[in-house]
Order: sequence, then C-alpha cells, then structure tokens
Amino acid sequence: MNSPTPLPPIKRIDPSRAPKVVDPRHDSLGAADAIAAAVAPGSSERVERMRIDDLSIAYGTKPAVRNVTLPVREGEVLALIGPSGCGKTTLLRSLNRLTELTDTAVATGSITLDGQNIHALEATDLRRRVSMVFQQPNPFPMSIFENVAYAIREQAARRPSKSTLAPLVREALEDAGLWDEVGDNLDHPALRLSGGQQQRLCIARALASKPDVLLMDEPCSALDPKSTEIIEELITRLREKVAIVIVTHNLQQAHRVGDNVAFMYLGELVEYGTVDQVFNAPRAERTQDYVGGVFG
Amino acid sequence: MSTSSRPDVVHRRGKDTVKSWPLADRIAYYACWAVGIGLCLVAASLILFMLNKGLQYVSLDLIFSNPAVGSDQSQTGGFLAPLLGTFILTLLGTIIAIPLGVGTAVWIVEYGRPARLARAVESGIEVVAGTPSIVLGIFGLLLFSNGIFAFMSFRALGGAVGGRSFLTAGVMMSFIALPLIFTSTREALQQVPAQVREASYALGKTKWSTIRKVLIPTARPGILTGTALGMGRIAGDTAIVVILLGATMQIEKVGSAPLVSTLRGSGSTLTSYVYNNSPAGEGNAPQKAYAAAFVLLLLVLALNFGIDLLSRRTKKEIV
Repeated sequence: MNSPTPLPPIKRIDPSRAPKVVDPRHDSLGAADAIAAAVAPGSSERVERMRIDDLSIAYGTKPAVRNVTLPVREGEVLALIGPSGCGKTTLLRSLNRLTELTDTAVATGSITLDGQNIHALEATDLRRRVSMVFQQPNPFPMSIFENVAYAIREQAARRPSKSTLAPLVREALEDAGLWDEVGDNLDHPALRLSGGQQQRLCIARALASKPDVLLMDEPCSALDPKSTEIIEELITRLREKVAIVIVTHNLQQAHRVGDNVAFMYLGELVEYGTVDQVFNAPRAERTQDYVGGVFG
Repeated sequence: MSTSSRPDVVHRRGKDTVKSWPLADRIAYYACWAVGIGLCLVAASLILFMLNKGLQYVSLDLIFSNPAVGSDQSQTGGFLAPLLGTFILTLLGTIIAIPLGVGTAVWIVEYGRPARLARAVESGIEVVAGTPSIVLGIFGLLLFSNGIFAFMSFRALGGAVGGRSFLTAGVMMSFIALPLIFTSTREALQQVPAQVREASYALGKTKWSTIRKVLIPTARPGILTGTALGMGRIAGDTAIVVILLGATMQIEKVGSAPLVSTLRGSGSTLTSYVYNNSPAGEGNAPQKAYAAAFVLLLLVLALNFGIDLLSRRTKKEIV
C-alpha cells in the first residue's frame, strides 16, 4: 500500500472578491412588503386593465418566471427590466398566451384582462386585444397595405374590401407615425422599408386591431439610434390610447419611456415602482446594484 | 494621421495562385473546370444538334396536321394530336400533383405530428421519387383495369376495363411531379423564419389563416419552381404514355360528354410520337421524330424559362 498522496491546498476565495449573492425575498432593506403593497390592486387611481397574479412559468423543469404579481394600467407604460434570461420576455409572451406555442411551457397562477381570465377567452380574440411587437422587425412578405390589412381582416377572409379597409389602414399607419413616409407607396413590398420603418409598420399592424394592451419585446434593440428615438417618441404618444408593457435591456430607455418599472431577476420580481422611485430610491439591494450602473 | 505605428500591411499578391497549390488541389481544380465546361458542351451540342435537325424538318404543316395512316411518309400527316396530348397530360398531371404536393409539404412542416407518421410520409415520397416511371406505368395499368375505375377509361365489349386514358396516365404522371413539388415547397416553407409565423399568431390569426395568407404566398416562388420541374418531367416522360395512354396516334374519345370524353379517351404525346417514328419504333420516319423532338425540347425550355421569370417576379413582389 502506497502512502496517500497529500491533498492540494484548498484555495480560499478572498471575501472582498466573492460574488455578492442576495436573496431578493429576504433582503436587508425589507423591500418585499413595500413592493407587495405597490403591486396590490387599488394602489393607483388609474384603471387596471391586466393583472398578473402569482404567475409562475417553467419550460419543462426549468423555471423562467416565479410567483410574479404585477398590474398593467391604462395610460401607463410599464417597463420590464432585468438581465438576460431573467424571464421578462417569457412574462411578456404569457400576457397574450404566446408561451403556449412552446410545447414545454407550463404556467400556474392567473392573468386577467379587464377582470376576465385570459384562458377563458379565445386565444385569437385575446391576441387582438393584447397585441405584440417583437424584437426583430418581422413584417410579412407582402405590400405595406396588406401587412396592416391582414391584421384587421377576419382570419383568412378577403372581406372587408380594400376600400373599407383603407381608412383603418391609414389610421393605424398614422398612429405609428409612418403614414407621411409610406402613404403614397402602400403597394410597395414591406420588406423594402428600412429597419426602423419596418418596426413602425409592425407597430401599425399591432395597433390596427385597436388593442387594449400593446406588448413590446425590446422593440428598439435591432434599430439604429435615430429610429430608436422615433419609436420612443411614438411610445410616449401612444400611452394615451393603449396600455403599454415594454421589455428592455436598456435602462436609459426604461427611464425615458417608462412610467412604472418592474425589475426582474432570476424569474422573480425584485422591484416595482414609478420610474423615479426605482431609479433614484430603489428599495431592494439588488435593484440598487443593477440600476447603479445607469447614473453612477 | 500617422501610419508609422501601424504594422506594415503586406499584400502577397500573386503568391496564392493555383500554381502554388498542392498537386492534389490543382488536379481537383482543373477537373472541376473540365467537368463544368464539358457539361456546357454537352448542353450546347444537344441544342445545336436538335436545332439543326429540327429546323431542317419542322414545318407549320407538320405541327398543324394530325397523324394519319398511310403507306408513304408524305401521307402520314403531322403531330398536332401528340402535341395536344402533351399539353393535356402535363396540365392534368400538374393539376393533380400541386394540391397533393403542397398539402403534404404544409402538413410536414407546419404540423408534422405524430413524428413517426411524418417520417413515414417523407420516406414514402422518396420511394415514389425513386420509382422508375415504367414501374409507375405498369402499376397504374394494373390498378386502373379494376372494375371500379371503369369511369376513368373505357370498358370493352366483354366487360374488361381498358385502364388506358388521359385520366389514368395523368394520375400516374402526377406521382412524377409530386416529389419535386413536395420537396421545393417543403424547403421554401422551412426557410420562412419562425418569427413571421409568430407575428401572425400574435395578430390573433389561426394556424390555418397563417398558412393560407402568409406561408403559402411566401413559399410561392419555391412552389412554382417545383411545378416547373414537375411539368418538364411529365412532358418528357415516355414510359407511362406508352403503357397507360394507349398509344393511339389520334386522340380517341370515349363517350360523348365534351372534355370528359377526351380525358377518358386515349391518345399520344410528343414523346411517344418521337419513339414511334424513330428508327426504333414502327414508323421509321426519323425526320418527323427529329421535328417532334425539337418541338418538345423547345416547349420544355420555354416552360423552364417562363416559370423562372414568373417566380422571379413573385419574389420581387414580396421582397
């Protein structure tokens, strides 16, 4: 028998360099109660359109969203912020049941639209009332007119006719601030527009069905600064007409366009409050670390 | 601006020429050239030869007169009936194959469940694609000679079903075009990004209207290409014509209903006409065979060219 070889010395991590791990539920500032009060019904005078209540979503066994409660109110822009993979896009996609397209997604908890559970609605009706703009501009390979008209038409029907649709299409394009640029070229293929125009076309398409809530999944991340500015102005204008939920990686953007901000981390809601409160006086330590990069 | 701090950029021009390659690479390189040029030569000589022979013998007279029985070459007429036959059969086969091919491709790409069935369907289509057309022909004859298919062809006096008609040949011909249409539609659908489908669902559209209004229009250039290839293959196929169309030179109608009588009847196509008139066939009139082959070649080339143009135009409309 050989004598046992000596074990290598244990490397100790320098405490000052150790990653900071804070459990958001038990953080030192005692923020949980304050946030629970902020997301509770009746905490604002504005009309509540959607309510996410104790929502958890998992892909297979991998949880993506954990026990999130959030209100979506009329006339407000709710900005969801947080690092990549924190569940904000999953949360957004669950609001119009797009998560159902992923076979493995399992959800618990409830989401209501004007007090009615969204699972009691037809998915097609729900998605007309809660429409969505994606990260990548994704116009259909058709003309500009058809892109918007498709959203209004009843499924695959040809009716209503072009002349009936024209004013509605125009209205949607005007709302999206695109009419002045494309009004004369409605027959042009949508894919020949610039990236920023394509994204505004997608916004027009989403607005065409006159939705109650507009979901935006990082709508500017594929765009140049000028187009981003145009779309941010548009969002600010649109909030009068429709409740907006926007997911963004960009904290400055959340600051510019958001009325309320929800900060998510590892699938949990860490912080919720008005834009000033979250950025200037965050309640949770995790939020302080995250938004600290903005102004610091 | 100073460039002195930059490392010198050296363009090694002329260093990476073919001559500096390893021998094996050089051999392969020249072999590729040789094969490419060789193929061009084959295509060019084919067309030039057919042009030469064809223009020598083809005439409007030949195109616009029907084949006839005669002991002398000058009495046996032209190939109007076979020309019409080619048109009818190609159209018929394509009309049957398009909904089947496109439908199957849509099912495979957009639904594809259960996965095992989808795999089985795909290999089934591969088998059909690999089946020699003469096998399809003989199988068709066996199938359509059954009593229940009498409405597709004719019933002889004794009660036996002929099984030979434009309809029966058209059905078997559709199996020649089907794999081509299926494959190109499937590829076109697979190229539509997932986010386009998602965009449609997010507008509250059902899967069905997404397929009809977004996916199929987007895949149209691919569908057209597959259809053109399929039509070319049908127009050029001989085996099924010889076995299933009856190989009567004239179009022989069955019954009296307009159109249906033609479809139930037998006839010939340019391919069977060429075969019959070539030295290998019975007619032994090579001049007419050359003329008909020339017309057939022109037709297929024009078809490919036309569809190419059409699919380019559709592409321009959507992109």
